[in-house]
Amino acid sequence: MTTVLDRREDPRSGSRLERHDVEAVNKKGHRELYASRQAIYPKRAHGRYRTVKWVVMAITLCVYYGLPFVRWHRGPDLPDQAVLLDIESNRFFVFFLEIWPQEFYFVTGLLVLAALLLFLLTSVAGRVWCGYACPQTVWTDLMIAVERIWQGDRNARIRLDKEPWGATKIFKKGMTHLSWLAIGLATGGALVFYFRDAPTLARELVTGTAPAAAYLFLGIFSFTTYLLGGIAREQVCTFMCPWPRIQGAMTDRHTLLVRYKPERGEPRGPLHKGPDGKADWSARGDCIDCKACVVVCPAGIDIRDGSQLECIQCALCIDACNDIMVKIGRPQGLVGYDTVAKQEAKAAGQYQSLRIIRPRTLLYAALIALVGAIMLLAWFNRSVLEISVLPDRTPPFVQLSDGSIRNSFTVKILNKLHEPRAFTLAAKELAGATLTVVGIDSSKSAQIVVPTDTLRELRVLVTVPVRDLTKLPDPSTPFTLAARDSVSGQETGRRTYFRKTNTSHAATGGRP
Amino acid sequence: MSKRPELDAVTGVETTGHEWDGIKELNKPLPRWWLNTFYVCILWAVGYWMVYPAWPTLNGYTPGLLGYSQRETLAREAKAATQAQGGLRDLLARTPLADVRNNPELLRFATAGGTSSFQTNCAPCHGRGAQGAVGYPNLNDDDWLWGGSVEDIHKTIEVGIRTEQTNTRLSQMPRFGVDKLLSPEEIAVSAEFVLALSGQAHDAAAAAKGGQIYSEQCAACHGETGKGNSELGSPNLTDRIWLYGGSKPEITESIQTGRGGMMPAWARRLDPVTMKAIAVYVHNLGGGK
Repeated sequence: MTTVLDRREDPRSGSRLERHDVEAVNKKGHRELYASRQAIYPKRAHGRYRTVKWVVMAITLCVYYGLPFVRWHRGPDLPDQAVLLDIESNRFFVFFLEIWPQEFYFVTGLLVLAALLLFLLTSVAGRVWCGYACPQTVWTDLMIAVERIWQGDRNARIRLDKEPWGATKIFKKGMTHLSWLAIGLATGGALVFYFRDAPTLARELVTGTAPAAAYLFLGIFSFTTYLLGGIAREQVCTFMCPWPRIQGAMTDRHTLLVRYKPERGEPRGPLHKGPDGKADWSARGDCIDCKACVVVCPAGIDIRDGSQLECIQCALCIDACNDIMVKIGRPQGLVGYDTVAKQEAKAAGQYQSLRIIRPRTLLYAALIALVGAIMLLAWFNRSVLEISVLPDRTPPFVQLSDGSIRNSFTVKILNKLHEPRAFTLAAKELAGATLTVVGIDSSKSAQIVVPTDTLRELRVLVTVPVRDLTKLPDPSTPFTLAARDSVSGQETGRRTYFRKTNTSHAATGGRP
Repeated sequence: MSKRPELDAVTGVETTGHEWDGIKELNKPLPRWWLNTFYVCILWAVGYWMVYPAWPTLNGYTPGLLGYSQRETLAREAKAATQAQGGLRDLLARTPLADVRNNPELLRFATAGGTSSFQTNCAPCHGRGAQGAVGYPNLNDDDWLWGGSVEDIHKTIEVGIRTEQTNTRLSQMPRFGVDKLLSPEEIAVSAEFVLALSGQAHDAAAAAKGGQIYSEQCAACHGETGKGNSELGSPNLTDRIWLYGGSKPEITESIQTGRGGMMPAWARRLDPVTMKAIAVYVHNLGGGK
């Protein structure tokens, strides 16, 4: 198919309507498996949804670019960046949240929550995420806006593409790509700020002293932004993203979708004047087949073909059609948010109300509440002191020269509070046991200091003298290794085992 | 020459002309992006040959324009790693062995380095957890043939046991049975006495006889009370720890053959800081004195 320049109506007819003699790039019907890509030249739309999209774009971009520079005081020795994914020290900082590697389930929970919210949103109002807030949509929108600044709107761009290469074309195209690359650079630049103190990294990036990884990821994300947002655009949504396939299972007859209303629009056709010189609306629908909805579509579809995989539900066709409806004096909303059920009812002469509350949405809402409750519960029960105990297994126990038995343990104490803490360790529920910590003189009051927000690893020896060994009837006796905060008295213990003999006579370490 | 390709009647697609049992192969070319990627990979490979070592020659290989070498990279990385240890490594070299324990950071550094060096050099005999085996001492317990202070342990690592070095740790128990220094009966009663020394079940009459022989033959090294002597490397016979086993047949065998294992002198193989680190690691296994 060749792209045809949009043709205006005969100016003598007095109509100010623009008619587009064009077919949707992604027309319904047979498509070539190996067809090469056809350019889409989305025309600028004006209206309520376009405004909403500008506002959403402004907010999301401001949040994305600005968030790394927001500060959040956490006390000394800790980063003061509000959102910092600190890979170097294995911590995620998100405002008041601080997530250690072993607490990654919080991130998993957030992702589950995000997925469920997406499901709920999709089942209520279709691909709202795709149409308004998805980074691919936002950046593509931004790239198209920039393209429009340099190359003009739809018709100018089509003309430019057909022109032979010359100074003007090289300038216009060159500036477009340079602007895209600049946006890409800013995007990639902002991304790396999430992984390292932003003001510091900004200085380092400019002076060329930033870590190689920062430049590498800046490069990767600059390039992918340029490639996906500037060049690939709707190809990403149609061919790379799995969501268009999944959404089919999320939407149903009661989902609000951007739809053309055939019961009102058909039969469609150019508007002709009646004998009285006025528009003749008898025996016809409201659709004048001006294709305004087709030319604004960034996905290259004709919304009048019904729900399609390519449609990202950006609602620009609603704006385009409403514009026309105002001009021809018909009610707005020939293309608008509607549900299949409502449309079918209307076609049958009945009325169907909008059903937002239905089993599917209730299920998603219930799941969201459940996951949210679990996460809140987990968060409020999150321990700020953790102890992990790993018994040595080579050898499992050691016999000392006087016959007493010693077990050694690797103990890790995690201090998640934002202040240093001192602990004492004790072996509980183990008769006669003595506990020593390698490197800490047990004759003094043995305080184990764990600095702010860190983990301290200790080698701990637990010895049961020979006279108490008879009190341990089993080869392996459970006991508790407890760490006690010297100031607050808070105690956290771990159940572990004291071994005194081999069940099988394999190891030589403690030959009895 | 320009024969038009045959079209498949059903689908209207070109065929390749290949036919098997009446089934014709349709010409479905690979996607263009795939082919382009493939061609770029071929070009990439040619560039790779020029830049990196690639082709074997009769007496070596083509080095490539970048002069890349994995050996050099490894050497460079090892050097960088050593440099990265910088201050702590120097500090460990300067700090007296006994004081390492008092600096938590240095202790952690020495233990970490000692652990990995131990795994590489010592674990084949002493075991991964230094738990030892028959004939190879357990380094976790508090029984030390040549002394259990960190300095003693360090010295043993440095000079080895029964090596050809002049300053090596050296002790040799006579082969009482093999060399016919004692009769089998004398060895049997001596073994009973050793059982008695360590508080195990024994024949009291035989042990009394064995006590005589012990005073004459064994006490010089193992001491009158059997407590051994770490200066001489003679083991304590009164405790529960036996390098070659504490049952009667095992003790008899020890008197018979004299025993005596061997440990290399690591000063010839390891640098001083590594030996220090291993000594600190072994000392902190729990049995150190």
